[in-house]
Amino acid sequence: MLSFLFRRLLQTIPTVLTVVLLVFVLFSVVPGSIVSSMSDDSDPQVELRMKKQLGLDQPVYVRFGAYIAKLATGDFGTSFRTREPVTTMIAKRIWPTLQLVFAAMALAVVIGVPLGFVAALKPGGIVDTLAMVVAVSGLSIAKFWLGLVLMYFFALKLGWLPSFGYGDGGLKYLILPAVTLGVSPMALFARTTRAAVLEIMTADFVRTARSKGMSETRVVKWHVMRNALVIILTTVGLQFGALMGQAVVVEKLFSWPGIGSLLVDSVLQRDIPAVQGSILVVVLAFLAINLLIDLLYGVIDPRIRYA
Amino acid sequence: MFRMMAVVAGLGLALAGSAEAQSPRKGGTIRMTAPYGSSFTSLDIHTTQRAQDEIYAKALHRSLYIWNSSEGKPILELAKEDVVSGGGLVHTFKLRDDAYFHHGRKMTADDVIWSYTRIMDGTKAYPGARFVRVIEGAAAVEKGQAKEISGLKKIDDFTVEMKLTEKVEPGFYFFTALTSIYPADEGAKESFIQKPIGLGPFKFVEHVPGSRIVLERWDRFYKPGKPYADKVTVSIMAEAAARDVAFRNKEIDTSVLGPAQYVAYQSDAGLKGTIVEVAEVFTRYMGMNPSFKPFADKRVRQAINYAIDTDLIINKLVKGKAYRATSWLPLTSPAYDKAMKPYAYDPAKAKQLLTEAGFPNGFEFEWTTSQNESWGLPIVSAVIPMLDKVGIKVKVKQVETAVLAEVVRSGDYQAFIYSQASGPDPLAALKCFHSSTPQPACNYMTYKNIEFDKIIDEAGKADDAAKRTELLQKANALLYEEAPVWFFNYNKAVMAVQPWLHGVQLNATELTHQNVEDIWVDETSPAK
Repeated sequence: MLSFLFRRLLQTIPTVLTVVLLVFVLFSVVPGSIVSSMSDDSDPQVELRMKKQLGLDQPVYVRFGAYIAKLATGDFGTSFRTREPVTTMIAKRIWPTLQLVFAAMALAVVIGVPLGFVAALKPGGIVDTLAMVVAVSGLSIAKFWLGLVLMYFFALKLGWLPSFGYGDGGLKYLILPAVTLGVSPMALFARTTRAAVLEIMTADFVRTARSKGMSETRVVKWHVMRNALVIILTTVGLQFGALMGQAVVVEKLFSWPGIGSLLVDSVLQRDIPAVQGSILVVVLAFLAINLLIDLLYGVIDPRIRYA
Repeated sequence: MFRMMAVVAGLGLALAGSAEAQSPRKGGTIRMTAPYGSSFTSLDIHTTQRAQDEIYAKALHRSLYIWNSSEGKPILELAKEDVVSGGGLVHTFKLRDDAYFHHGRKMTADDVIWSYTRIMDGTKAYPGARFVRVIEGAAAVEKGQAKEISGLKKIDDFTVEMKLTEKVEPGFYFFTALTSIYPADEGAKESFIQKPIGLGPFKFVEHVPGSRIVLERWDRFYKPGKPYADKVTVSIMAEAAARDVAFRNKEIDTSVLGPAQYVAYQSDAGLKGTIVEVAEVFTRYMGMNPSFKPFADKRVRQAINYAIDTDLIINKLVKGKAYRATSWLPLTSPAYDKAMKPYAYDPAKAKQLLTEAGFPNGFEFEWTTSQNESWGLPIVSAVIPMLDKVGIKVKVKQVETAVLAEVVRSGDYQAFIYSQASGPDPLAALKCFHSSTPQPACNYMTYKNIEFDKIIDEAGKADDAAKRTELLQKANALLYEEAPVWFFNYNKAVMAVQPWLHGVQLNATELTHQNVEDIWVDETSPAK
């Protein structure tokens, strides 16, 4: 297992480098620069001095080399906008984003997976039909709209929850953003689980188990559930990355202080170090979760070997 | 001038009027919103020119001058007196001796000099440099040719002498937070941007990036009895719909309204009374590049002004949340001429002018625009069929707002649509059309007219205020005739204010920028 872990960690290096390179090149070629967004009327001489100070007067490959060298030491650079170390900026923002994403994911898994499972046990029944209507609706609803509807009912009409903000980071502030973010993956998990369970229910080994006289409960528990979990886990891993990205909309809507709003403002103001740092953190989080899921495969299904 | 603003403000004044009838109450929390982005740029207000950041900075910092909304002009804030000499170029400021920074030290002349010198550090391109540059020797510091601003002299601890490069009213240059006075001993420290220290009525407590800033009353603030409130929170709320819910839910005290909400609030009996509005000093326009052949001819530029049904766009598309522009200077400018009338919608006249200019069949041009709902793509889309009627075809080039700023400054366009500050100083606003003003500064259309230059130069030298105003009005009228732009509108800033919040000022420079020490909350506030 350790060699597997080591190998997987090595495999992440080219992925990270590719992402870093792509972001760097992209922001080197898109029009607009931090220098022009800083001041309306700097004369060309002043702009040159500022570019020099920020290192923007260097060729792209020189800047990229310097950036990689810094990155290797864990230094994400200094924000052009705030003049703060990017690591400090990200440190302030990462916890709220993780709070939001994990809460949304927990909600999605806790509701979506059992819903799909129950639906698949009696395909075509009332529960199945209702579950799939909920799932399709959940996938179709725009997060922005859903967030507003939730705000309207639970904050304005019922007065149960605050409509926006982070407050003290407590649960009452987290509920609405997490539900808004979690509905779509919940629907996806319900559909994926249903499809996986239905497929496994007709598999040879399930039929064999039944023919051996195993009770339906044991068949479902020992054969169907365990096999379906591998597929569900894969979807959860992929969705984690998607949620990190989708959190941007929810964070902005609910004034939630996460990485997403940092990324949006940094892109708009061409704060390249902050953009690179934010994207890198999202990518690293995505890779870490997927590595964890790869490790879990072996626990759930012993046939999967780390070799 | 304020009377005119008040007429324009309508319902807002009624609100302000009711506030005057009660005596201010101490305590409570003012819950403001920052609507222009997903975060604050920086806690170092010298580094950022975004309106978003100045919302909190007005509570935390102070500059040499402050904007007085009721008088419609900047007045002395950190100085008690300004003695003018040297033919209007030398200003000797007697500073307040009762202004304390939030770490307890008294402000002195050294802090003023240190702050202005810092702003002129050319390697940092502080946006406030464009104001401080008016001090003699500041430009040399910016270019790295000097370490000290020669035109700034400390006479004693509470007296500063400032020599200007031209005869201007310094108040217009030193009232925004971009030129805030920092404590020289603390401002240079790295910790300053984590925990800023200022001279304002509220001191820093907490910043949750992307969510809020919290400030609390500074007990040693120099204005007796002020501030009234115990606390100010500024919540970042970029989404208008979310602000709307929060406002209706009484979670926030102020909310900037967009065109759609403006209509909704006006038609809601419960919310109508919360509306405060003011004509801000921003002019929205389409700039035309004179190096593009058709636009070199004044008649073509005038034809464009005649061809567009501007009132229709303002009423239907902008939902009445703008004032029709009659030239460059906005309604709230002290040099605004009420007698001026906008270009009429007259396609036949436009066609005639185009024919006279040698374009009987019209022409095609590229129009660079951002997506902005009030002065971007939706407006361009509405104008295209109007211009098409007189034979002018438009190719749209859509860019990000940040890119548009570069395009405009570099002159890499045939036409562009933009919103530009046209005040509060009418002389500075009109100087943008002076041929000596470089294009990247603000002469975006590289406008050049000898007669205009002459009038502006004369206005700059005029000692008599009435004479100066008269000259500025003449220059403004000449611009109207020359039509270097399509004069679209002046922004009508609209904000909803909860009934328990009193003392909100109709700030024409930016409605969200409030002198919070004058605001108070009554006992009906949920955050009392």
